[in-house]
Amino acid sequence: MSELEIQASATGPGAGRAPASARGGFGRMRVTVMELAAVLVAVLLLTAAIFPRLLAPGDPLAIDPLAAFGAPSWEHWFGTDESGRDIYTRVVDGARDSLLIGLTATLIGLGLGAVLGTIAGTLGAAVDFTVNRFLEVLFAFPGLLLALLFILVFGPGPGSAIVAVGLSTAPGYARIIRAQLLRVRSSAFVEAATVQGLGRGRILARHILPNTLAPLLVLGTLGIGQAIVWAAALSYLGLGAQPPAAEWGAMLSAGRTYITSAWWMSFFPGLFIVLTAVCATTLGRSIERRMRHA
Amino acid sequence: MLWAVATVTFFAVRLIPGDPAEAILGGPGSQTSPEALAAVRVEYGLDQPVLVQYLQQLGRLATGDLGRSYALNMDVGPLVFSQLGGTLLLAVLSLGVAWLIALLLATWSTGRGRLAARIGSGLEIVGAALPHFWLATTLIVVFSVWWGVLPPISTADARGLVLPVATLAIPLAGFLGQVMRESLNTALESPFVLSARARGESDRGVLWRHALRHAALPAISLSGWAFGSLISGAVVVETIFARPGLGRTLLNAVTVRDVPVVVGVVMVVALAYILMTIVTDLASSLADPRPTEHGNGALS
Repeated sequence: MSELEIQASATGPGAGRAPASARGGFGRMRVTVMELAAVLVAVLLLTAAIFPRLLAPGDPLAIDPLAAFGAPSWEHWFGTDESGRDIYTRVVDGARDSLLIGLTATLIGLGLGAVLGTIAGTLGAAVDFTVNRFLEVLFAFPGLLLALLFILVFGPGPGSAIVAVGLSTAPGYARIIRAQLLRVRSSAFVEAATVQGLGRGRILARHILPNTLAPLLVLGTLGIGQAIVWAAALSYLGLGAQPPAAEWGAMLSAGRTYITSAWWMSFFPGLFIVLTAVCATTLGRSIERRMRHA
Repeated sequence: MLWAVATVTFFAVRLIPGDPAEAILGGPGSQTSPEALAAVRVEYGLDQPVLVQYLQQLGRLATGDLGRSYALNMDVGPLVFSQLGGTLLLAVLSLGVAWLIALLLATWSTGRGRLAARIGSGLEIVGAALPHFWLATTLIVVFSVWWGVLPPISTADARGLVLPVATLAIPLAGFLGQVMRESLNTALESPFVLSARARGESDRGVLWRHALRHAALPAISLSGWAFGSLISGAVVVETIFARPGLGRTLLNAVTVRDVPVVVGVVMVVALAYILMTIVTDLASSLADPRPTEHGNGALS
């Protein structure tokens, strides 16, 4: 198999560019089982976020003290919590907040990263140097550390958790966007445009930016999963959304107290965080693969 | 580098609304007399201009003095270093275990056909997507509540380390494994593997003697980042398993807004992170001597 591919690429340029099954553009690649499952999960999650009552007709805040701490059953698929609220309904209801938090945080991170990366990649060597040093300093605060520092300054809460997650993902995005900009800028087609006498602004707008922004779609999709996990971690630590809210991280946090007697309280919200993250990663990967072969 | 980190944290902390002297005396709303506030300001040097405070802090940091905690009434330096050991042990053990899992998974599933590769990469994607807080609670439920074989909170002995290390290592192994599999496949398709095969090297020999070194490279350079993510993972894991360490100290300090402790922990973590990056750079140049040997292409 591998030797065949080496031979194929040796016979000439173009011959080994892509496996036969992948040729023919964006839509015609074979869809894998994982991709199909991811799309299905994504549709379900979006339905839950936009029309929660379609999947769970009950009231997520309805209290039923007699049914408290019920194990998963036909009546309550995911069990009930300490006040007898239905966990399944609450998980479905939490999709909106959790997805919204992940999406907003990713947009903030991508936006900041795009601004920083574009500044560094287009405004000359001195600016590039300064922005790079700044990014290196930010990289010295690994993972959640930057987010924790932000929360220390602006106080805990759902809003500052979102901004904190966005902020701590921004340096990574900025670095990738800058590298992509530099690569596109030194490519043959930009050189051709320069030779043709096009202006700097026109080249930037028509040739460089479109080719830099396409990979952002992949980065963003991959990033949503990460952002949701981080935001949930902050909620779990009591620094983001607070327990009465049906946000997945906050639900997990509330279930922590009853971990020995009611495992379902923390298991199911967490399961949906994992599902969302896997789904986002799979979708991001498949978009990336299709772009590369398109 | 550390100076830059110190500057960023100093000015970030200056943005905090409210009077730090009030925070020291029990937060806003506590009925404190103006005299007590003034005394605290003098004690912590808060009566000086911003620039003087900044220079004073840099001077103290240069001599290894991290200041005094607002909430715990003890020096930050000894506090942070007493907690450092536990977190470092956790991080280093987890990194080692993660490497081991990733290596086994990647080498087991390559060259065994499509199904094995699918299983391998599926496990890695799911592993990488597992958030620490959920994995930890699930492990506690299964191993402590249902089977009762391991303690749910971290005790001092080795048994108490198993669950925290597993929590940190499994997602990391997923990340490392993905990277390793990709570079292993690239390496197995490169000409030097073909030439090794042509010399009559066995499949296993090709894998272990030739391709693995290439596969390990990106994973080694990723280890610096991995270490950073382990430290931020330690915030969650130490909290869940009630394990003393830097992460829990940091979380507590953020919750009560104990600024000097947060700054101290951040400084120490940044220092450890920078050191770790240097170590991984050294390790990758050991595994790949190419840049130092003037293009000799030592692909042994």
